[in-house]
Amino acid sequence: MHIVVCIKQVPDTHDVKLDPVHNTLMREGVEAIVNPFDMYAIEEAIRLREKLGGTVTAITMGPPQAEAVLREAISMGVDNGILVSDVAFAGSDTWATSYTLAQAIRKLDTPPGIILFGKQAADGDTAQVGPGVAAQLDLPQITYVRKIEEISDSRIVAERLLETGYEVIESSMPCILSVVKEINEPRLPSLKGKMAARKAAITKWSAEDIKGEHGCMGLHGSPTKVVKVFTPPPRSGGEMLTGEPHEVAQMLVEKLKDTFIECAS
Amino acid sequence: MENPIEISSEACVGCGQCIPACPFDAIDMPEATAQIDLTKCTLCGACVPTCAFDAISIEEKAAADPNELGQYQNIWVMVEQHGGTIEPVTYELLGEGRKLADQRGMKLCAVLAGHQVEALSQDLIAHGADMVYLADHPELESFRDEPYTKVLIRLIETHKPEVVLFAATAAGRSVGSRAAVKINTGLTADCTGLAIDPATGNLLQTRPAFGGNIMAVIECPAHRPQMASVRPNVMTPTEPDSARQGEVITIDLQPEDLASRTKRLAFVPEAGSTVNITEANILISGGRGIQKPDNFAMIQELAEVLQAGVAASRAAVDANWIAYSHQVGQTGKTVCPKLYIACGISGQIQHLAGMASAEVIVAINKDPDAPIFDIATYGIVGDVLEIVPALTTECKKLLKR
Ligand SMILES: Cc1cc2nc3c(=O)[nH]c(=O)nc-3n(C[C@H](O)[C@H](O)[C@H](O)COP(=O)(O)OP(=O)(O)OC[C@H]3O[C@@H](n4cnc5c(N)ncnc54)[C@H](O)[C@@H]3O)c2cc1C
Ligand SMILES: Nc1ncnc2c1ncn2[C@@H]1O[C@H](COP(=O)(O)O)[C@@H](O)[C@H]1O
Repeated sequence: MHIVVCIKQVPDTHDVKLDPVHNTLMREGVEAIVNPFDMYAIEEAIRLREKLGGTVTAITMGPPQAEAVLREAISMGVDNGILVSDVAFAGSDTWATSYTLAQAIRKLDTPPGIILFGKQAADGDTAQVGPGVAAQLDLPQITYVRKIEEISDSRIVAERLLETGYEVIESSMPCILSVVKEINEPRLPSLKGKMAARKAAITKWSAEDIKGEHGCMGLHGSPTKVVKVFTPPPRSGGEMLTGEPHEVAQMLVEKLKDTFIECAS
Repeated sequence: MENPIEISSEACVGCGQCIPACPFDAIDMPEATAQIDLTKCTLCGACVPTCAFDAISIEEKAAADPNELGQYQNIWVMVEQHGGTIEPVTYELLGEGRKLADQRGMKLCAVLAGHQVEALSQDLIAHGADMVYLADHPELESFRDEPYTKVLIRLIETHKPEVVLFAATAAGRSVGSRAAVKINTGLTADCTGLAIDPATGNLLQTRPAFGGNIMAVIECPAHRPQMASVRPNVMTPTEPDSARQGEVITIDLQPEDLASRTKRLAFVPEAGSTVNITEANILISGGRGIQKPDNFAMIQELAEVLQAGVAASRAAVDANWIAYSHQVGQTGKTVCPKLYIACGISGQIQHLAGMASAEVIVAINKDPDAPIFDIATYGIVGDVLEIVPALTTECKKLLKR
């Protein structure tokens, strides 16, 4: 089976800091990493190949330096990496990103049997691109997958996490999945994998290569527009309560009495 | 223009005013004039008005035809119901939708899909809806991505709403993003604020990004409907009025709307806890500081007294002390309760990303330097194993349990 996994390069949130003078995001020197959720998608893709045979292709849309996430995926065991990169993609929202990834997937020589996504990206946190690609390609989707129970060329049974439990969903194949952290434990790259990653030839596709339409990509393909960015008023530390355990407990209950009564009755 | 944003090297005098205006640190002055790093630029336009020399130009998209946009009327809310019970977030959406509808002089409509759910219509009307579009069919009994999306798309294409609001839940996010792409419009995820721009009538959608480190205001100027998913617990429901009148419109469903390639084989409710942490008013959250799995019983007891949900840090989940569905944070859930009590949680940025917007935060930690205290409304330095039981005792007294 041809297994495709879509991954994104994001700034490490650990390092995202605000410039206190200008209230802007300082990304200088911030380390770029594979979106944490996409690590689970990569791991699941490799496990599926180990079970079913076939190849795993990782695709990322991003600036030239996003190549690094493809090499990281290859070091874990992914077979091929495709970097979809062009200035025409600048300013893409989730609509345009979904379109661009779908065009790249359409261009693949072997159509995928399954396409994996992370639940959401750590910079945008939207969780919209997986279902967006499913809509573009008119494929069924199972979001928030915590376990694949059964899989064959024609059918998949997976557990989808909801707020109050999980549901078991059956779908025809090909199918699009977005995965949550619970699904697996991503492996560390092996020495052999690291060597392969260094040598691997990364395929590069431009807007023209994927036959992208001008009005569907980047700024022009993005219905939404960011009109303002600001930093939320910083939350400052409040009051410290001190005393013996029963004393501080009494103080806290006194302060939160109304909330407790309102919420607990 | 070659690039979607450009700084004219003739007009730029190198004053540097634009550099601090960029929220994404994309402008630099390597030589005499400013330059934009397109890989960082999001085309937000924050720099354009700061240039006194009009040197920055940003490519404008074709403007929308106002006649076309004017065909879209009314504010819609996609109802979230499971097994005939309406989720509280739906009432919050109706409360917010009511305000938007009044400002726009439009109707508030609820889209209700399910099986044998007609009886819920009056409740939606009592909470502010003027109209209910009812899609009732055995195939719609439980939430499923494809038929729910197709029914919604058909309704949108027929009735042309101006705004559609979804709950930012597993179901709402899945349907919303599929539908938005199919009907070629924008969708803003996980909004915490909605307002109408008085000048244009557009919906201004405020949402956190980068784990809450920045807030972005997003507009969908040239496409309709304007769609947004809204976080549970941030909007306020209106007081229900059982005397309110409204119209219920039953939709004729077509077989092709109901076709689906996915099937729900089973639903397994979360064992042990019935409280959904994204909807809970109060959350008692345990971290590595509670030291062993058995001590979650102590957290659970306080939660029961306060009718609260039980949450956890990733460290507690990774140690298998509690199921992943309770994890709060960047790789878990985002919660926004009225009160969040962090017990033995250090407060690393990935945890804060999931809970920093709680109304009141209480932190109990034995380390006075734990970062959680930087954001806590009330902080207690001490041993959770002593303080939590003391708190349970006091709460029992207060609530006479
Ligand atoms: C990519 C990525 C994603 C992540 N996603 C998440 C996420 O979604 N959610 C999340 O929570 N974390 C996440 N993390 C992990 C996060 O960085 C922290 O490691 C984690 O939140 C720590 O959990 P903790 O506070 O329970 O444990 P610790 O950091 O070990 O803190 C335990 C605290 O308990 C206190 N303590 C110990 N004993 C007692 C006692 N008897 N009484 C009182 N206090 C006591 C200690 O002083 C300490 O402050 C992520 C990390 C990465 C790299
Ligand atoms: N630029 C991109 N390139 C490849 N995959 C992406 C890109 N953006 C998002 N994705 C995928 O879509 C998922 C959801 O992203 P988002 O909708 O941005 O939260 C991510 O976990 C990735 O799997």
